[in-house]
Amino acid sequence: MNRQEIIDRIQEKASSLTMGTSQGIDCPEVVVDKQHLIEFMKFLKEDEALSFDLISDVTAVDYPARTPRFDVVYHIFSIKNGQRIRVRVPVGDGDGVESVTCVWRGAEWLEREVYDMFGVTFYNHPDLRRILMEEDFKYHPLRKDFPLEGIEE
Amino acid sequence: MGVEKNLANLGIVTTCLDKVLNWARKNSLWPMTFGLACCALEMMVTVSARHDIARFGAEVYRGSPRQADLLIVPGTLTKKMLPMVLRLYEQMPEPKWVIAYGNCACTGGVFRTYNVIQGIDQYIPVDVYMAGCPPKPESLLTAIMMLRDKIDKESLKNRG
Repeated sequence: MNRQEIIDRIQEKASSLTMGTSQGIDCPEVVVDKQHLIEFMKFLKEDEALSFDLISDVTAVDYPARTPRFDVVYHIFSIKNGQRIRVRVPVGDGDGVESVTCVWRGAEWLEREVYDMFGVTFYNHPDLRRILMEEDFKYHPLRKDFPLEGIEE
Repeated sequence: MGVEKNLANLGIVTTCLDKVLNWARKNSLWPMTFGLACCALEMMVTVSARHDIARFGAEVYRGSPRQADLLIVPGTLTKKMLPMVLRLYEQMPEPKWVIAYGNCACTGGVFRTYNVIQGIDQYIPVDVYMAGCPPKPESLLTAIMMLRDKIDKESLKNRG
């Protein structure tokens, strides 16, 4: 299965769940509304042709001037096809998305990192605590408005 | 001189207590087994046959802080690691000495960021600072030489 076939398959089976598909520079890219995230992720994993069974990374991008402010980005790998896909979910400041740990259990720590660094909440996450910074740290250091040298206590 | 000469004939040497204690302490510095970052690798190499820290009696890296009297802080110290380092330092019995090994332990080094301690000396007293990124094993030997000179000048009057 090549990249174009992945996009064709998504458009054929799940076009109502997506807000747009495109051919990224390195892999197919899908933008999904946060209401349909879990349904779409379950489709990616359970569809027999696609079989995206390994979550490689969860991260986020901060666009300070944009509303909604963040994109949560999921990189998923299909062991069967040897192909990757990127899923972006726009989410506002102070808001959150549904946790995908119910689809891939391995997303637990990746989501904790995004929560720690960007302050994006993950609903129904089994153990949403900071993972890198100390527990009483008040800020989210990968946001663009956080100074590199930190904030004096 | 007459008394001392007679004592020497009996196999007794007279000296002052400071000198004996300092001689014993400086020749048996027991560092704690403790590493933080890449500087720790240089510290391990210092123990190996080529550099042989054992020549100066400092090869007995102890696994427990209660048996160590030298804390080498080798590498980048993050804010999250700081409570553990302070706890280990406090568990070491007196007299104890600290070497800040490498730029990060001295000043935070290149990591002028929110998560890195900008110098361990903000939290515990440091006896010898050794710059370098990382410092060579020879540097650690130099630091130990400097520390030995420092211990030699100590006195029971101002430090137990």
